[in-house]
Parts: sequence; C-alpha cells; structure tokens
Amino acid sequence: MRVKSTLENYLFVLPAAGIFAIFYIIPFIWVFQLGLYSWDGILPTKIFVGLANFKEIFFEDKIWWGAMRNAGYITLIALTLQNALAFLLAWACDREIRMKNFYRMIFFIPPVLSEVVVGLVWQWILDGNYGLLNGWLANLGLAQWSHNWLSDPATALTTIAIVHSWKGFGWGFLIFLAGLQTIPRELYEAARVDGANAWASFRNITVPLMIPVTVLVAILTILGTMQAFVLIIAMTDGGPAYHTQVPVLRILASMRGSSRFGYACAQGISFGVILMAISFIQYRFSKTARQV
Amino acid sequence: MRRNFLSVAGVFLFVLFFIAACSQSPGGRAANAVTVWHWMTDREEVFQELAKRYEAKTGIRVSFELYAPSDAYAQKVRAAAQGNNLPDVFGLLGEKRDFSSFVKAGHILNLTPYMQDSNQEWQNRFFAKALSVNEFTPGNSYEVEPGIYGVPIDIMTIQMLYNKDLYKELGFNPSKPPKTFAEFLEVGKRISAYGGKEKKMQGLVSGWGEAWMIDCLANNYAFNIMGKDKVLATLKGKVPYTDLDWIKVLSLFKDMQDSGVLSSGIVTMVNKNAEQLFANGRAVFAFNGSWCVNVYREMDPKLNYAPMLPPLASDKFPMSIWGGAGSSFIVNARSKNKEEAVKFLKWLTGRDQQVYLAEVTRNPPANKDSLGKISALMAEFANDMDLSTHPSTWGVSEYPQVIEAFDKGIQSIIIGEKTPEEVAREVQKIKEREMAR
Amino acid sequence: MKTSLYYKTKKVTTNLLIHFFLITVAITCIFPLLWMVSSSLKTQQTIFKDMSLIPRELHFENYYLAWQEGGFGRYFLNSILYTVAVVIGIIIISSLAAYAFSRLKFPGRNLLFYTFMAAMMIPIPGSFVALFVLLNKLHLRNTAFGYILCMINVGLATSIFLLKTFFDKFPRELEDAARIDGCSKFGVWWHVALPLAKPVLAVVVVFNALNVWNEYVLALVIFDNKNLMPLQRALMMFQGEFITRYPLLMAGLTITALPIIIVYLLMQKYIIKGVTSQAVFG
Repeated sequence: MRVKSTLENYLFVLPAAGIFAIFYIIPFIWVFQLGLYSWDGILPTKIFVGLANFKEIFFEDKIWWGAMRNAGYITLIALTLQNALAFLLAWACDREIRMKNFYRMIFFIPPVLSEVVVGLVWQWILDGNYGLLNGWLANLGLAQWSHNWLSDPATALTTIAIVHSWKGFGWGFLIFLAGLQTIPRELYEAARVDGANAWASFRNITVPLMIPVTVLVAILTILGTMQAFVLIIAMTDGGPAYHTQVPVLRILASMRGSSRFGYACAQGISFGVILMAISFIQYRFSKTARQV
Repeated sequence: MRRNFLSVAGVFLFVLFFIAACSQSPGGRAANAVTVWHWMTDREEVFQELAKRYEAKTGIRVSFELYAPSDAYAQKVRAAAQGNNLPDVFGLLGEKRDFSSFVKAGHILNLTPYMQDSNQEWQNRFFAKALSVNEFTPGNSYEVEPGIYGVPIDIMTIQMLYNKDLYKELGFNPSKPPKTFAEFLEVGKRISAYGGKEKKMQGLVSGWGEAWMIDCLANNYAFNIMGKDKVLATLKGKVPYTDLDWIKVLSLFKDMQDSGVLSSGIVTMVNKNAEQLFANGRAVFAFNGSWCVNVYREMDPKLNYAPMLPPLASDKFPMSIWGGAGSSFIVNARSKNKEEAVKFLKWLTGRDQQVYLAEVTRNPPANKDSLGKISALMAEFANDMDLSTHPSTWGVSEYPQVIEAFDKGIQSIIIGEKTPEEVAREVQKIKEREMAR
Repeated sequence: MKTSLYYKTKKVTTNLLIHFFLITVAITCIFPLLWMVSSSLKTQQTIFKDMSLIPRELHFENYYLAWQEGGFGRYFLNSILYTVAVVIGIIIISSLAAYAFSRLKFPGRNLLFYTFMAAMMIPIPGSFVALFVLLNKLHLRNTAFGYILCMINVGLATSIFLLKTFFDKFPRELEDAARIDGCSKFGVWWHVALPLAKPVLAVVVVFNALNVWNEYVLALVIFDNKNLMPLQRALMMFQGEFITRYPLLMAGLTITALPIIIVYLLMQKYIIKGVTSQAVFG
C-alpha cells in the first residue's frame, strides 16, 4: 500500500524528470566534461588539459572577472531600482484607482517588445549627438549634463543597467501584483477599524505577507539579470573597451571569436557554480528572515 | 466544463503533433539534386532565379536554403558539422583558422584538381586575390595540405569614403580628398570648429564597436608604416608589439581622436548605425566595405560621395586596403553529390552568371571577365583591388586573444583611458602568454 | 484637530501624485511601441530623417508588403502551434511536478528539486550543438515534436520553481477536505490545486509563451525544412546581410508583438481575479 502510494507520487514527477534528463542532463554532462579539454569545436580531436581551463579562468582571466563585476553591478541596480519600481507600481495598482486595467496593460509592454526594437529606440534616445535625451536636456537649459551615454565609460554601464531595469520591471510588477492581490481585504479593513494608519498597515500586514514573493522575485531577478546579454549586444557590444562586458558575452566570445569551445564550457560551469552559490545563500538568508 | 475541454484539447494537440512529427521525413536528399546553404538574405531571390536557370539547362535541381542572420547561420553550420549533416554546398564564415579546422576535419573538398583541369581554365577565371582567400599555400602555418578549397562569387574591398558636399562645405576641394595623414587631421580640426550648437557635423563614422573594423584600419596603417614583411614577422612572433613602429600605429588613433576627426561615440558604433549616419549626410568620412554602395543607395540615392584611400601616414611603404572574396562557397567532401556540386559551382562562376549576379546585387563579381555592367562607383572600388590584401592570404594568423586585446586597446586609447605605449605592452604580454602555451 | 477637509485634500493630493507617477512610467513604456508603429508607416528614406511621431505620409501598405515578403502566413501558424503546444505541455508537466515537490513525499524528492533549481542557474554554452546531435540520434531533428520537447525543457525549471513557491503557501485544509471526500491525488491536483493556482499559472503561461514566441536560434539550427520555421524567421528576411529594411521590419515586429500582447491581456484576468477570499499567502 505504501509502495503503491510512493510509486504514484513518482508518476507526478516522471514527465518532468524524463524530459529534463534527456534534454538537459545529457547536454550538461557533455558540456561539463568538455571543460576539461582544449577544443575548437570543429576538429575531431580534442586535447585533454585537465583543470587548466579552470585555472586560467580563476587566476588569469581578468576580463572575465571584470565582466562578472559588471553583471553584478547591473544586477544590483535591478534588485534595487527595478524591483522597488515594480513593487511601488504594483502597490499603486492594487488600490482602487481608476484606469487600473490600462496601467496593467502598459507596464507589461517593455518585456514583450523584442530586443531589436528596445535597442534601436533607446540608442536613438541616448545617442550622444542626435539623441532625444540630450536634446531635452538642452531645451531645459541643462546642456552641461548631456553625455555620450553609451560611449562614455563613466556612464555606459549605468545606462545599460537602467535600460535593462526598464525592460525587466514588468515581470516583477506582474508577480508582485499577483501576490498583493491575494492578501485578503478583510485584514486591511480590520486594521483600519483598529485605528492603524496607512504606514502601520503597510508595515505590519503587507510587508510580512509579501516576503516569500519578494524572495522569489529577487532570486529570479538575480538569475535573469546575471545572464543578460542580448540587449547589451544591441547597444554597446560589450564596449567601449570592456566597460559593459558581461559573462555570457565572454562565453560567446570564447566559443565564436577565439574558437575555444572547451574554455567556453569551463566558463559556463564556473558561472553556474557562482550563481548557484549566490542563490543558495539568498535562499538560506530568506529562510532565517522568515523565522524573524 | 471548461477544464474538461482544456484537457481534451491538450491531449488532442499532443496526438496531432506526434502524428505530424512521425510523418515528417527529414527532407530526403534526392540523388541528382544539390542543396546549398547560405546566409545572404539580400541575394535569396537572385539565387532562386539562378537555380531555376540551371535546372532548365541541365535538369538538376538546386535548392538554396537561407539561414539568417550570419551569427545563427554559423552556429547551424557548426552543429551540422558535428552531426555530419552538412549539405552539398555551403559557405563558411569565420577566420582562416576555423577554415583550416574544417579542412582537417574532412568537411571540405579539395578543389585543386578541378581548378587545374583543362589548362587551369576554372582557376584563371578569377581575380587572383579573390581566389587566394580560399587557398592554402605551401608552407602555411595551419598544417593544411596546400590547395584551393573554395570558390568566390564576388569581391569586396574595405575603404574610406568621403561625402563630397560636406567636404566642400568645410572649405575643401571636393575632388581632392586628404592624401596625407596630416591633411586628414586638418580636416578634423575644421570639423570640430564647425557649426557651434547647431547641427554638428561628424567626422569619421565606422562600426568600431565591432572590433574587426578597427583591426582592419590599424592593419592598413601597419602595412603603410612598416611594410608587409615586418607585420607578418610580428604575427610570427619575431617582432614584438612594443616595437616603435607599432606604437606609431597605435598613436595614429590618439591623434585622430585629439584632432576631432573621429565622430563621438565611434567606439560603440555598430556598422549599421555608421552607415545610417553617413547615408543621412551627417558624417564627412566613413570606413566601410564596398557593399555600402547598396545601402547608401537605398537610403539616399542622391548622396554625393566617393571612395578614397586611407590618408598616408608614411611614404616608406604603400598603403594597403583589405579586399578579396566577398562570399565564397565550398563543397562538402562527404556529400554524395560531390560531382554535381562542383559542376554547379563551375556554372555559377561562369561569365554570364557572374554578370547577372553583379548586375542585380550591384557587387563586383569574382570573375574577371564579368566586370561589364556595374556602376561607375562600384568600378572605382573594384579597381583598388590591386592594392588589397587580406588576412586569409598571409599564411599565418594572429591569436584571437591578441587581436581582441589590440582592438579593445585601441578603443581604450580613443576614450583616453590608456596610452599607446601601455596598450602595446599589454598586447605583447598576451602575445607572449599565448606563444608559451 | 484634523478636519475632514484636511483628510480630503490629503486623499486628493496622494491620488494625484500616484497618478502622476504612474503616467510618467507609462509614457516611457508606451513610447517605444508608438515609435515602432509610427516607423512602420514610414519609408526607408524618411525613417531616420522624419523624427515626428506621426509620419507625414502613412504607408499602411508596409504591413501588407511585410506579410507577403516575410512569408508570414506559414511561419505565423507554426509559431502559434509551437507556443500552444509548449505552453500546454509545460502547464501540465510542471504543475504535476511542482505539486509533488510541494505536497507529496517520496525518496529523493529534495535532491531532485535542487537539481532542477541548479538547472536554472547553469547556462549551457553551445547547447545548440549538443541538442542538435542529441535530436539527430533520436531521429527527432528537423521535426516539430523534437523542437517542442526542447522548448518544454527550456522553461521547465523556472516554471516548477514558480509553481512550487506558490503551492507551498496554500492552506492544506482544502486539500485535506478533498482527500477525505475520497479524491485521488491526481484529483486533488486537478480539482483543488490548479484552480487555486490560477494567478501563478497565468504568469507561467505568459512567461513561456513569450520565450517560445521569441525563440529563433534553436529553431534555425535544428530545422532544415523551411516550412517548420517559426515567425522570427520572417523578421530575418528584412534584416539582410547589408541592408536592413527598417519600415518593413517595424511592421513585421508590430505584427509579431500583437499576439503576445493579446495573450497577456487574456491572462491578466486570472492574475487579478482568480483567487478566493481565503488567506492564500502566509
């Protein structure tokens, strides 16, 4: 009886595990062991180099770590600005205000737009010479603030981070809204009857109940943003001079530019391990936070 | 009620797909048919037309399959190579080193016997420089058996261009573009001084966000300053990048930036943006390939411009430009239709077909006898082929990491983060590291 | 003593500020969409010269041209089929697995779950090549079925993660009540868990629909047959090697964006409405 029940339970995960095993685990093993070889992706012979690739990544590849720092910076901006914006917007739309539906539709447009359009439009806005942003600044009398937003090493990375957050906040918005909508209105009513003001009910009802969702969004944000690259290719291609380089671009460069397939695989593995470590720490941290 | 419907719909769809999938035969490659893979979206129609003509003539069906953009195409070719699924004919994108790996892996048919047949009839049709891109010479450093492995179908050169109207507006003679580097810098100074807050004029625009374009210009000047032999010696590791001549090359970029002849934002510029700026009459100079003629024509047919050689930085050695085959096709050595494929390529590069291709695509043909009806502007590009060279013809390649450091180093120089000496030292360090491996 | 006028003014001002904030963000969001549509009505010559949002001449024929030249008909249908198949597949497979991870006990449960989580975090470079060779061996290369399976795998880990997090927060009373009533485990999943999870299921639908709809490289690598290609291929027809035909590209992009926006609008309802008044969270 117990056995039958357990077998039934396995049935639930069988399709997922099956597809996963075939389409992820097998390629993963192939890639994983390739990290130990030096191979250009074409020749039938591979040279076993053991941990040499990993040694190079961790001790010699300064560009790789620069790229990781850049990705970390963009992710930091995403975690703070993007998610704060998403939360505020979700909170604003959760209240009984007019045009709620309209806003809900509009805010999800950036994620839906293809990177091609986003890249083109923002390049046009941010262009150093003919861009709209500099034009508006000049009209407002703030011409000294105009920059070559995407080419100036001082502003390039932050600009990319902001555009990225703009494109991504729609997801956080959606998930936060779903979360907020499931907090029963009665709790707020009861609090108001008891004399609590808006800030108190926010602090004591909304925040605690939204912690699990916030953690979910944070983990997804970190994973998604650290792996970002399509928008960066469209806007700066990692330039100028590595200032907006990110890890996935480096992996692509190893694969295609220098034809070092084995090295690219090693980079991918290292990247994944680091992401896992970050997520694990976060998950643990959130568990203790919930205990509080 | 609705849930039941959904579940039924789901099951139904799955069954449908299962049936569809199983009945899908993986595109049988019939005998006496030739499959060609390519990425050239702009030419798809022309290719289809040529395929029709060939079928009418010989009864052999040729199917051109387009996979674009070129990045995705390259991935597809790599994957197919791994799975031994390459078509009869395809083009190969990438560096000479990857080309050599494909040859060594047995994917590419050696065309030398066919080329030398009948008194080298096929070989003699082409501009020598177009063919040499597909050639491996005796004693090449890739350890590939010498021979001709591919067939060019057009040629291209990468040159500097200037907008005659804007040049005149700056006060120069529009039929005399800058000949020396010093003159070039002078133009730069006038560009910076021009206009004030109004519509500023940009200087040189080029896709220098994409490293290889920087590499091309730097290399042109390297040939001009130190000559081909010294450059090749550097690639072979016999001359360091810290040599004074190389520092001179790197300093040119600093001088260009300081004089104002480079457009701002050039370090992250994508070539398509550069083309747009030049086509819309906002830039005085451009550095682009001969294909740009078509792009500019589409955006502004009245644009008044002409090609020019990069201004000479030294008169010790001649200026060189990059040029050679635009696109080439190779034959899959494992194909079951090898002979048919070769016959088709021979026909494709025949005089009449090349004339047709050149006319419709407005690109200079690879066949010497087909220059006939291309535009005067295009002919100017083609004429400069004599001065051209191409990395694929040198018999030796630089390490990709060194090239990357060099090009990104130039970007750093332009944004003022590093000095030419610093960049030279860094590049040399990476070169030594790679040579030691 | 705070008068009611004070409260009223405060309410009005707060509302005004909120609206101002919302409108500003909304403008930045809608601007690219407007630009895209307006560009699609211009010509190749005027697209970068005419900076106005409403073009001087309206070239509606660009849409017709784009549809014809891109060959949208076939590719559009393919994309719809792939998206629907993948989404339905993922909903069923991932909700089953997420439910099991959340509610059922079996040996190796945690290990399996963490393996899925790890999959979300480790990108596989060159996975296209690996998948190509794999599908080749399974004789599923160049088939719709093979592509659909690959795409199901792509979205699986994240969908399971999303669903499990939400499932964990559901109160068990409803499920226990159903079990006591004699419902099988599958029954509980189908009749209780899924309906409760409508909001997050809607998010999963949108997320995966968007992924499949915009996917291109994998399709290009494993499909040889042009008739199996998704609609992103149609867009590639306008981005030539040298010449990008911007107005047609913009028209094509607008056509591409519409269905996804419709999917989102449909799913929106569920995200907002589909929950009972019970405390689902906390």
